[in-house]
Amino acid sequence: MLEKKVNAVVIGGGSAGMAAALSIAEKGYQVAIIEREDTLGGILLQCIHNGFGLQEFKQELTGPEYAQRFEDFVHKNRKINIFLETTAVDITQNDNGTRVVNTYSKKHGVILFSADAVVLAMGCRERNRGNIAIAGTRPAGIFTAGLAQRLLNIDGFIPGKKVVIIGSGDIGLIMARRLTWVGTEVLGVVEIQPFPSGLTRNIVQCLNDFSIPLYLNHVVSRIYGKERVTKVRITPITQDGKIDEKKSFQIACDTILLSVGLIPDMELAKNAGVRINHDTNGPYVNADLMTSQEGIFACGNALHVHDIVDYVTEEARRCGSYVHDYIQGGRVKKQGNVIPGANIKYILPNHYVTHRNNRLYCRPMIVKNNAELFIKINKKFVLQKKLRHIQPSEMISIDLEKDVFKNIQKDQNHTLEVSIR
Amino acid sequence: MKEDCFDVAVIGAGVSGAAIARKLSLYRLKVTLIEKCEDVSFGVSKANSGIIHAGFHHKPATLKSRLEIEGNLMFEKFQQELQFPFKRVGILVAAFSYEEMKTVEKLYQQGIENNVPLIEICNRERLLELEPKLNSDVSGGLYAPTGGIIEPYRYVFALVESAMKNGVKLFTDFKVIRAGYSGGQYTITSAKGRSLKAKYVINAGGLYADEISSLFKAEKYKIFPRKGEEYLLERNSSGFPNHVIFPVPIKNSKGTLVIPTVEGTMMIGPTAEEIKDKEDVATTPENLEKVFSLAMKMIPSISKREIITSFAGLRPAMEGNDFYIDISKKASHFIQVAGIQSPGLTASPAIAEYVKDLLKKDGLKLVEKRDYDPFLKGAMVVRGRTPEEADKLIKKDSAYGNIVCRCENVSEAEVTEAIEKGHTTMDGIKFYTRAGMGKCQGGFCTYKILHLINQKAGISINKITKRGGRSTIVYDTLSDKNIK
Amino acid sequence: MICISCPVGCHLIVASTRDRITVKGNQCKRGEIYGKEEMLSPKRIVTAVVKIRKKEYCYIPVKTEKPLLKKYIKPLLKELYRLEVDLPVKCGTVLIKNFENTGINVLITRSMKN
Repeated sequence: MLEKKVNAVVIGGGSAGMAAALSIAEKGYQVAIIEREDTLGGILLQCIHNGFGLQEFKQELTGPEYAQRFEDFVHKNRKINIFLETTAVDITQNDNGTRVVNTYSKKHGVILFSADAVVLAMGCRERNRGNIAIAGTRPAGIFTAGLAQRLLNIDGFIPGKKVVIIGSGDIGLIMARRLTWVGTEVLGVVEIQPFPSGLTRNIVQCLNDFSIPLYLNHVVSRIYGKERVTKVRITPITQDGKIDEKKSFQIACDTILLSVGLIPDMELAKNAGVRINHDTNGPYVNADLMTSQEGIFACGNALHVHDIVDYVTEEARRCGSYVHDYIQGGRVKKQGNVIPGANIKYILPNHYVTHRNNRLYCRPMIVKNNAELFIKINKKFVLQKKLRHIQPSEMISIDLEKDVFKNIQKDQNHTLEVSIR
Repeated sequence: MKEDCFDVAVIGAGVSGAAIARKLSLYRLKVTLIEKCEDVSFGVSKANSGIIHAGFHHKPATLKSRLEIEGNLMFEKFQQELQFPFKRVGILVAAFSYEEMKTVEKLYQQGIENNVPLIEICNRERLLELEPKLNSDVSGGLYAPTGGIIEPYRYVFALVESAMKNGVKLFTDFKVIRAGYSGGQYTITSAKGRSLKAKYVINAGGLYADEISSLFKAEKYKIFPRKGEEYLLERNSSGFPNHVIFPVPIKNSKGTLVIPTVEGTMMIGPTAEEIKDKEDVATTPENLEKVFSLAMKMIPSISKREIITSFAGLRPAMEGNDFYIDISKKASHFIQVAGIQSPGLTASPAIAEYVKDLLKKDGLKLVEKRDYDPFLKGAMVVRGRTPEEADKLIKKDSAYGNIVCRCENVSEAEVTEAIEKGHTTMDGIKFYTRAGMGKCQGGFCTYKILHLINQKAGISINKITKRGGRSTIVYDTLSDKNIK
Repeated sequence: MICISCPVGCHLIVASTRDRITVKGNQCKRGEIYGKEEMLSPKRIVTAVVKIRKKEYCYIPVKTEKPLLKKYIKPLLKELYRLEVDLPVKCGTVLIKNFENTGINVLITRSMKN
């Protein structure tokens, strides 16, 4: 049984894990990256489409290219030890406060890592048919969009011949195009909301380009097929959100792809006692991106589901610098609460500090052009920002410079509220 | 196929057929177990709730209650021999009104008459002490500590493995379509043209027992499918109870239960609905609402948010309220084991004994084998071990260090073992190892398992199925011929 | 028309007169270029995967270096699914040079060793 002592353990070798590890290692600390696959890169490796890196590299790259850049940096950095085909099994704490990460490794057996800090960067999982309980049978041919993407882009398998996609999020839209480009017929995309979840550019280049119908305000109400999918029943939703069974119609198909949401992968965290935020399904974190468990940090999709990988990198890099401060002995300064106000689904982190700039990320609940973002501290208005276009599937980043807090009394309890109208 | 004649052919590899085959493997007999699906336990037994009943639900002097009590008592021995997960968590029946308490008293009386050990009537306080998560509106109830839970398919796999270890020949993908009788031998033919001969036949055909009976020109009866939908909730659910919680039964149904499974997840259901189609296993949105509202009435902290998946199974109901286990009066050397609804799983060890006795009565000579080995080696799993134990296991076989299913912590070695034992469908591997049963429902492990089946069993990935037949997982490999 | 050059997705109004094309509604130069091109000769960046020779179930991602005229997309895909590539490969190498005389190269977008 191997025991390894490092300064920080990063669980997950995708975009978040690599950026966090680099950030910690650049400051001179020993980092171990634990990755269960046999390569670094994470989900980016199967995202062969472009649209990544506009902010980070001022170029439009494909997912694998974005990952490659970071992989090259990570491999060059001597302070980063990479453990592939290694799975973290649990996180515990020693009597002296050190964190111990228990891992199973194909090559080494059990490796127990002890570190001052642990970074959760294991990404998210997909919501699936079972979770949302779509009625009907359980034939073969039902995939989450991510699984279908993996099977297609990494292993070269076409999931089916005639596909119906549930959910108009970006993953579903990208797969609509991808499947069309491998010769599969995409018969339609079914979306429960009155507007599409994904980026408009994707509606154009993934659906409109191929005349794939988009059924807004519809649900798949039943799946048919004994051995393999044979058809789906699609039903419209009325204005008051009720199923209008009489107006149902059926589409014959042999495959269903579900793009119905992503959820941060929190099983390891939950078992370690990390408190979960039900608005994000990820952990509660303070202004240093530290969870409710001392020394356990989170960033990337494991913290909250991102739509732009450049933001993941930014967040992970910043998380790495907080980890560095923590290892040095820095402890949490007085932090105010951050709460979501009008039309905000969630905002992160859950706390802010006044001695440095704060980067906040939030998601709106409405679609609007020329919206306004308001920030209040203890109900007093401190900042306003104009936003050209907002929609729930696009995360908003807010930079709060520290002079915003100039006139706030330092010793009081403060609540910062973000609203959008 | 060799034209050797088997002494006994058991048709149907569900809990009944598998238990009978294993029992018969104790004797110097040539036994075959025939299953129409791609793998064992893929019929009625797949969707079983996994409850080992205590024995107070059925009237005394029925075959059901007699075999249920006998069977219940045999599970410790079976577990020791076969190494499947089994826990005697106890059963609670919760009553919410004066009328319901009257029914509880009747159940208690029935339990006493059936000799159910340690059964007690509880007042509200006692019930809440036993099960704090119960709705505090409960009036009182029944406690039967001998009730338990198992994983039904793990149990069937173990029975079949043990039977095969002791010489039973298993044929899967063998759907019986024709049977002839001549010279004291049955010739049994499958849909794919295979055939075998046997002197005695046990009809444990589950949903299709009536059709099998017809083919063999035995008694005419009808099996009516009764559908039950169940919902699986995640581990560490807020409503996870200490015992199996039953409502007070109504009419023919034991009701919607809250079941703490032996692996730590939670199940609620089943419903009970008469249907016509023996292949209709669809779930419905109406039943989702019904099941959850019934379950939440008993345990208010249950939440729909924790659903992992749902499924439905079919019970093989027939006329009359009892098991139909008897020597056929119309066909020679043909034993009927039909209408095995609840408490079939609980009764299965006793059903096997009973059928063995029927065979003896019908003239079959039973001589015990000297080299019969009732024991199976327990499945080696890496989850739940201390770091030292896990390390030893991984050093022995590095495949234990490769976690394939992250949700259930199933390693490559365990999946390989399942494949090497002949489970080469995705469902077969899922039921054998639990890979794919967790929260992500195969989102992460599917591609890994496909590759393992390909590497270890040599099956090309295009041909791998979910559960046999035409349930292939992928359509084709990338090719320019798909671009028109 | 909606511009797809970047995630903002400006709504463009593209008008064509006899001698030129005007684009309105764009917030950057790329939008103007996109509007004109989409009107005259729509192009798309194409991404796909290509088989690695001698390795079962192993593929490498590729992309067109610049947007390709729509009418060439299917022929390119057909060609890509016919090809096989040997390991090792380096991210950025040209797989197909000047496809069908369009001036567009197809690049490999991931490095892979043996």
